[in-house]
Amino acid sequence: MTLPLFPPGADPGSSFADLVRRSEPGPPLRHELAVVPARAPYNPPSAPYSPGGVPGVPGALQGVGVPHATTIVALRYSGGVVMAGDRRATEGHVIAHRTIEKVFPADRYSAIAIAGAAGPAIDMVRLFQTQLEHYEKVEGTALSLEGKANQLAQMVRANLPFAMEGLVVVPLFAGYDLRRKTGRIFSFDAAGGRYEELEFHATGSGGRDAKNTVKLGYDPAAGEADAVQLAVKALFEAADEDTATGGPDPLRGIYPIVAVVDAAGYRRLAEDVVAASFESVLAASPRSPAGWESGRSGGGEDA
Amino acid sequence: MSMPFYVAPEQVMKDRAEYAQKGIARGRALVATVYDRGILMVAENPSRTLHEISEIYDRVAFAGVGRYNEFDQLRVAGVRHADMKGYSYSREDVDARSLANLYAQYLGQVFTHEMKPLEVEILVAELGADGDSQQLYHIAYDGTVVDEVGFTVLGGDAGTIAAKLSASYDRSWSLAQALRSCVAALAGPDRVLNTDDLEAAVLEQGSERRAFRRLDNGSLVEILGSANGASVVAPATEAELSGDDGEDAHEKGDDEHDGESG
Repeated sequence: MTLPLFPPGADPGSSFADLVRRSEPGPPLRHELAVVPARAPYNPPSAPYSPGGVPGVPGALQGVGVPHATTIVALRYSGGVVMAGDRRATEGHVIAHRTIEKVFPADRYSAIAIAGAAGPAIDMVRLFQTQLEHYEKVEGTALSLEGKANQLAQMVRANLPFAMEGLVVVPLFAGYDLRRKTGRIFSFDAAGGRYEELEFHATGSGGRDAKNTVKLGYDPAAGEADAVQLAVKALFEAADEDTATGGPDPLRGIYPIVAVVDAAGYRRLAEDVVAASFESVLAASPRSPAGWESGRSGGGEDA
Repeated sequence: MSMPFYVAPEQVMKDRAEYAQKGIARGRALVATVYDRGILMVAENPSRTLHEISEIYDRVAFAGVGRYNEFDQLRVAGVRHADMKGYSYSREDVDARSLANLYAQYLGQVFTHEMKPLEVEILVAELGADGDSQQLYHIAYDGTVVDEVGFTVLGGDAGTIAAKLSASYDRSWSLAQALRSCVAALAGPDRVLNTDDLEAAVLEQGSERRAFRRLDNGSLVEILGSANGASVVAPATEAELSGDDGEDAHEKGDDEHDGESG
């Protein structure tokens, strides 16, 4: 390696992708911040429908034999945002991994969660993390939260040719906006569309169930503990309905990853905190024996 | 127009070295030292935004003195090198030594082949993984690399400052002790340095992946005890150089450093 120095006219500035492109040979990039030349779409020969894939994309277009990461959820609360994701990856109807991670710190004040083809998604997370830190170090100041969301939208858009081949990546981005002093959530579509969510969002195969759960219990004035509980409950309900979403696994000690981003920054909750949160969700559930008993004695629940 | 004169290579090198040294000596000095929990870097720099000390990677920092545009270009190149290496391989594979060698090659190349040498002196510091293998690579304008042990001084009047610092240096001193001694050494006997005139940062052992942390004016005042650090800086006796370090009291210090502070 030589020192990456550039003449003033060819300086890549604070863009890591530009830097890689101008440094030959550099590491290969899949989600370059540029328009990737269109390629002939790859048509897998009648791939089975993958429940781990992204809803709305025909089964034939879902990547074959590629692990898919599934349900992720994010919601705002009074002090910031909570983000959570289950731990399961599926290949078709088979469980590919039980302990995959789908929630990552993007930088000190933001988090990114992924759904879709796991390989390209994790690649995208790495590039995104590198890009945010690279910008911060080169420029001396961090990007605004909105700027970070726009960068991610460009990466998702650059993934479009791969998405057409079935390798769809749909991230969810959330962070604490230091200028507005509030938590914010951004959702994306496979084509690079970027949408700010005012309250909550969930995506992936169990996203719909998770979203409905959050919707029914959402309170914007809730504190951190309640918000975490609601996120955990949403994943629990999603796992209950969707085979590609993993529920809590006390046998192996596998629990979803729950992260909080507030004014103090990104913080991943310890496993025992999440486990305890699950306990109370289970205890309060009308389907659990304890919940059922309490529901009956209270007389409030009907069958 | 006449034929170019023959100039002996020794003379060319000597002239270039003198030119670079002059440029570097015009600026203020910078001090870096290890302390019990990491590496401290302090520079005399009144600007809050044009930094002389910066982050390169998780455990690697950069410091430069001399011409700002020249060392800043080197800093950005270092960030680029580190980020590309960390992205291609792994975060653990980014180290100060290979970066220092790249800097040395480049500075040496420019010094021998270009019309004008770079008027910079730089430092690449790395916080050891086990907390006990701190590395300080001091690279001169001609590409000479020195692997410094304990502390190093860059820039104008480095010899005097290093002599002052070596009198109080203790490899396991606390941050407060180290900072006071560095500020006293930078100020010299007949000047008082305000915290406004200082830029300081540390690479510190901790739970965070990114070990680099700037010490802003507030924390400098807190550590030094007053905005102008007058009590520390004034007549620099041995006793005052070590100063009293409040809750950071360092028990292992030699007796001769444990005097009362003013």
